[in-house]
This record gives sequence, structure tokens and C-alpha cells, in this order.
Amino acid sequence: MNLSALGISPATVPAAMQARRYAVDPMQLLAACRVAWEQGGQLVALWASDDSDRGRGLTLHVVLRDADGLTLLEHPCPDAHTQYPDLAAIFPAAARMQRAAYDLAGLQAAAEDHRPWIRHASSPDDRFPLRRDFATSTQWPSGPEDYRFVKVEGDGVHEIAVGPVHAGIIEPGHFRLQVVGEKVLRLEERLGYTHKGIEKRFENMPIAEGCALAGRVSGDSTVTYAWAYAQAAEALTTTDVPPRATWLRALLLERERIASHLGDLGALGNDGGFAFGLAQFSRLREEVLRRNAGAFGHRLLMDRVVPGGVSCDVGDDDAMAMRAQCAYLTREIGVLRDIYDEHAGLQDRFRLCGIVTPALARTLGMTGMAARASGVAQDLRCDYPVAPYDKLAVRLITHNEGDVAARVAVRFDEVLESLRLVAVILDAMPAGDIAVPLRDAQAYRVAIGYVEGWRGPVLVALESGPGNRIRRCHPHDPSWQNWPVIEHAVIGNIVPDFPLINKSFNLSYSGHDL
Amino acid sequence: MNVGGFISQLLQVLIALALAPLLVGWVNQCRAWLQNKSAPSLLLPYRTIHKLFIKDAVVADTASPIFRIAPYIVFGAMCCAAAIVPSLATDLPFASAADAIALVGLFALARVFVALAAMDTGTAFGSLGARREMFIGFLAEPALLMVLFTASLISGSTSLPTIVDTLAHREFAIYPSLAFAGVAFTMVSLAENARVPVDNPATHLELTMIHEAMILEYSARHLALIEWASAMKLFNYSCIGLALFFPFGIASGGDWLGVVGAAPTLVAKLAIGGFALALIETLSAKMRIFRAPEFLGTAFLLAVLGMLVNLLLGS
Repeated sequence: MNLSALGISPATVPAAMQARRYAVDPMQLLAACRVAWEQGGQLVALWASDDSDRGRGLTLHVVLRDADGLTLLEHPCPDAHTQYPDLAAIFPAAARMQRAAYDLAGLQAAAEDHRPWIRHASSPDDRFPLRRDFATSTQWPSGPEDYRFVKVEGDGVHEIAVGPVHAGIIEPGHFRLQVVGEKVLRLEERLGYTHKGIEKRFENMPIAEGCALAGRVSGDSTVTYAWAYAQAAEALTTTDVPPRATWLRALLLERERIASHLGDLGALGNDGGFAFGLAQFSRLREEVLRRNAGAFGHRLLMDRVVPGGVSCDVGDDDAMAMRAQCAYLTREIGVLRDIYDEHAGLQDRFRLCGIVTPALARTLGMTGMAARASGVAQDLRCDYPVAPYDKLAVRLITHNEGDVAARVAVRFDEVLESLRLVAVILDAMPAGDIAVPLRDAQAYRVAIGYVEGWRGPVLVALESGPGNRIRRCHPHDPSWQNWPVIEHAVIGNIVPDFPLINKSFNLSYSGHDL
Repeated sequence: MNVGGFISQLLQVLIALALAPLLVGWVNQCRAWLQNKSAPSLLLPYRTIHKLFIKDAVVADTASPIFRIAPYIVFGAMCCAAAIVPSLATDLPFASAADAIALVGLFALARVFVALAAMDTGTAFGSLGARREMFIGFLAEPALLMVLFTASLISGSTSLPTIVDTLAHREFAIYPSLAFAGVAFTMVSLAENARVPVDNPATHLELTMIHEAMILEYSARHLALIEWASAMKLFNYSCIGLALFFPFGIASGGDWLGVVGAAPTLVAKLAIGGFALALIETLSAKMRIFRAPEFLGTAFLLAVLGMLVNLLLGS
């Protein structure tokens, strides 16, 4: 991104792809965001940190993305009473990130909506967990919950409140639907029920140990988070990862994608009332997970990616078994895809349901796999390929319809592409070491890791403190961008289609609530 | 009323009470097999009902007496229906008290009370489910009546035992009118018993539920009665279908021995019917709720066609 017109000069940020860093004042912050928007850029993440221990007050961090790479804008605020400009007018996705930044660090945007987002009734208004003077052992009684949902008024309009406790065993989230008959007029989400203080937990952790915590931010994307964290940690410490380790990481990431997509494809069939689909895809997913357990020692591949490399290697027998499994899965998925495509009842549920047009997707800054079903041609594996993706030529998959059927089709295409990649990786993987020890980090440096998981791109921003410890770590899930999109996708649909639309996005609660 | 008739009447209701959960267990088992899953025990519905009966009931503060009595009314209505439907014998003393139209009314009574109880607690899901249930009900009932009328035209009576007697003792032939009515009846039964493709009894998605949404507030003995009544409803519908379209093997005399002899045939027929239901459920996806009018409209149309075939062609 070219910000030279603003008269500010960049510093390079250590990262696997090109990343620049600018210190900006409020006017430059707004101007930079506008320039980014006009050049087709997107807001990736926004968070605040407390630098009062270094005598600097609070800092707002904004990460933007465009064709050139990442841009990190840092806006220092002298004290907590200073408001920074509202970015939601330029990037709608910023609204909730700004509210969360206030809830956690107490830095407020000059926006209209000051309702809490992450913070629920149990936290007092004047305590902020990410402040340096906040003790983690603090406890207080929960107060009354008073969250004002936007209401729709009119004849025959009524309200359905769903969650956070649901009839099935799923993550907690509250959905407030305003309906007329079966037609949805408005949906408002309320999240934050799985807030567990992960960002606070990162503080003062040894850099090498943070990876395990990053891998637990959202369990279904553990490889993605661990790799993004490892990328940041390695960039921070200028550690060079052995080539074989990067290939193994890609292998793990693709297998995570395969397992997740298979699970989703089954669940989507089930939510359409087609339990046969769930049974079949669960069977295939289970085979992938068992092979994971056999080859890597963990079904969901947790803690396999570590800073400096990976913690497990693949033997010849396992590689052979995985190749055979790829061929088998490709065949089976082909059969099941035909069944899904030719099932009139299922297609009737999927087609024209929960449409997100490409124009809306661009306006809202939608990202990841769901965005690719709305014609957004973005995939980090193709856009900024880091090793080994620079040698793999990943096929970028997009569909333009933006409905549930398109999101199903993207999953089918991606899972087949990942199966192809797994076979290619197994064949082309170089021999060598699989891990090196992490070198020492300089204090007060910032590095970024950015990895395309199955749900979308996961960003980990890591700042070092003295003594190889973490000063601040912000993991950012693509769900932040896509949760607001669901509110738009369901408008005009009927109430029983909402669970199907929600499932077709399959966003993370845990990764969002942190 | 003779003693034999009384005994066969009693036997029939008891067998319905005893076998209904087994039918549900069988359907669940078949469905699991068809989906390559290991099946739950055939006796699971009994255990569920037993478990619910020994639990303490939790009733919402806002609930009125309607909420408490509805399960008993629904259960009672299903027991009455079991007494009317000639599942084992046609010589039923109680059957003369109610004909096919009254039977449809009995099902409607149960439906109205479940819907009232659902709205009674004032939860969003209760009224959501009640609204959808009445929506399905007002489309399904006319179609069901038309099916029964078609059968009545053949026998010249709306009394179920007479219809079944007539159908069972005609010479073996294929009746186009009954074939139409049979397809219509299958479609109505799927809708009335909250099965896929109209409703999904196994779903965990509260926003898509119809029948399950109405009974979300029930627990313990109330829920046990409603679950049992749902099983009875499925059993009754299956028996109506079997009596109208596969009437062989039903005892026609008042001899209670004949009733005992008819039981194995009924069990065999129900097993086949249950498997067919599981097959339909496995092959279908749940339709959008606004497709239900098309689905049930088709059922109504088929039933009317059956009637016209009977009236115009006399077959």
C-alpha cells in the first residue's frame, strides 16, 4: 500500500510476507484507512495495548491488507480519555473490534455504539483486563445484564431469542431474531460467552511456550493458530525453519482443512434434514482423524507445529498410507458429491438460501472460505505464498452465487484440492531436520504471523518483552469479519433456514471471544 | 356388548400401549442401519419413558392448568383412537361410538391441546412450534378426511370396522382409488407424525423444530406421557394405513382368540411399515416449511383423485 502521500515513512515488520509499519496520528489513521479502502484493501485486525509501563499511554493497532502485503498502523494515545477516530464508517467490520478493544484495554473509539461486546454483566465498567495494573486474580460478583438490542416495531413483528444455551451441544452465542411470521426482518448477534482471557494469559509467557496456548484459541483451527504463532515467533527471533518442517506444516494444515470441511459437509446435510450425509461424512472424517492419530500422534494435530519447526515427522509407511487414503477419499467424496448435487430436496434447501452478493461481501470485508463463495478471490496460499506454498501452485477456488449451495461447493472443491496437495507434499517433501531451537528475541519488537486456515486467514501479532517473554499477543480469527455478515445473510430468509445459513459459515465462537 | 367383544377391545388398547414404543424403537433402529450407524436398543423408548416417569417434573412459573392437563388429554385421546382403529379385530364394541370423522376430530383435539400448552408458557419457541403445527394441521386434516371418505365410498359407511370388514372380504383385486388414497395417506402420515421430510424428530436445531418446539418446556411424567402419546399416534396411523390398505389378517369375529391370532400378523405388518418409514426418512431431506402446502396439497389432490376414480369409474 502506498501511503507516501501522507508524509509518513514505514518501518519493516518481521513477518513471513511483506509487512510495513507506520506510526500515525488520528488524521493519518483515517486517511490511511481511506486510501486502503479505495485501493481495494481490507481491515484485517484492530486491537489496543497498554504501554503505560513504557510511559506511552495506550496504543491502537490496525492491520490492513492489500495486494502488496500487510500494513500495520500504530496510533499512540497519551491516556485512556483520548478517543481515536471511528473506523467503522470505512470498514464496517471495525465496529465490533473497536467495542472489544474498549472492553479489554479501555481505549474508546469516537463511535456512537458504546455497548459492551466481549464484556458481560460480570465485569465492572471501569476495570480493563489488558491494562498493566490489572491483577488476573481479581474477582467480583456478577451484576445485572442490560444489553439493548435493536428492536423492530410494527404490526405482527415479534422477537425470538435463541441461546446462548442451545438444544444441541454447540458453542454458546445469543441470536435475537425479529420476525414477521416465518420471515426474518433482522438478526442481531450477541457473543462473548466464551471469553476466557487468552490475551491476558499470553502476557509474560515465554515466547516458546505461547504456541501451545495459541493452538488452543480455537480447537478446530489448532494447526492454523499454531503456525501463525510460530511464524510470528520465528520472525521475531530471526529463526530459520528447516525446509522439511515447512512442508510438514503444510501437510498438517491441509489435513486439518480436509477434516474440518468433511465435518462441515456432513453437518450441512444433517441441518438440511439429510442424516445420511452426516453419517457418511462423519465416517470419512473419522478415517482422516485416525490416520492423523496414527501418523502424528494426535487426532486434531494439536501441538504438532512448534516454534522452530514441527514436533513430529512422517515415516515412509505413514506416507504410503496417507497417499492411499487420499485416493480413497477423493473417490468417496466424488460419490457423495453426486448424491448431494442430485438430491432435489437438499438442493432446494441449499440454493438461494442465505445469499451474500459479491458486492456485499466486499463492502463488509468478508474473508476466508465463506468469502470465496461470494466471489472474493482471496487465499493467502495463493496471494502471498510462503514456503512451501510458493512451490505448490494452489488452485484458488471461488464461486459467485454466495448462497449456502456455493459455500458447500467451495468446501467440496477445497477438500479435493487439499487431497491433491497432500499427495503432492508427500512426494515433494525434502529430507532434513524438522526443528531448530528458537533464538533469543530482542525486547519490544513486533512480528506478525498470517496463515490461511480452513475458515480463513488467522493473524497472530506478537510483541516481545524483556527476557524472551511475550509482552502482548493478539490472535485474530477470521470470524470477526464474518459474524456481522451472517446478520445480513439471513435477512428475508425464513426462520428455519437460519441454522443452516449459520452452519454454512461455521464461524468460531471461541476464536472470536478469546 | 358381549364379553368376547369387551376382551378384544381391551386387548387391542393394551397391545397398542405396549407395542407403540417398540414401533418407534424399530423405526429408529432401521434408520440407524440405513445410515451405516450402530443402532440403539430396540427397547430404548421404553427406558426413556421409564426414566422420565421417575424424574421430578419442572413446570414453568407462568404455566396455567392447561399446561398440566394437556399431556393427559393428549394421551387419553390417543388411547381412545387406539380403541376405535380396528388394528386386531373389527368387532369392537367401542368402535360404534365413533366413526372415521370422529377419529380425525380426536387427533385434532390432541393437536389443539398440545398447541395451547405450547403457547401457555409464553416462550418464543412454544408459540413458534404451535403456529407451525396448526399450519401443518389445517393442511393435513382435509387430506386425511378425503382418504377416509374414499374408503367410505367403497363400503358405504364411515364406521371404521365396517370399512375394514368390507375391504378385507372383497375378492383380491387392485383398486385404483385405494392406490391414490394410499399414497395420499402416506404423505399425510409423515406430516402428522412429525417425520422427515416435513419435520425432523431427531433435530437439535430449535429454530427448525415443529413438534419438538412445542414440547420443549415439558419434563418428567408430562414429557413421558407426550412421548408415549406420540408413539401411540404413530402406531395408530400405521394401523389405520394397514387396516385400510392391507386389511388381511384382522379378526372379524368377536372371538378374543381370533384377536390373539391376529397379533403376529399385525406385528409383521408394522415391522415392514416401520422399515418403509425409515427408508423414506433416510432418502429425504427436510423440506422448507413453505413447501409443506405443496406437499400436503398434493396429498389432498391425490385423495380427491382417488375419490373421483371411485365415483366415476366405480373401481
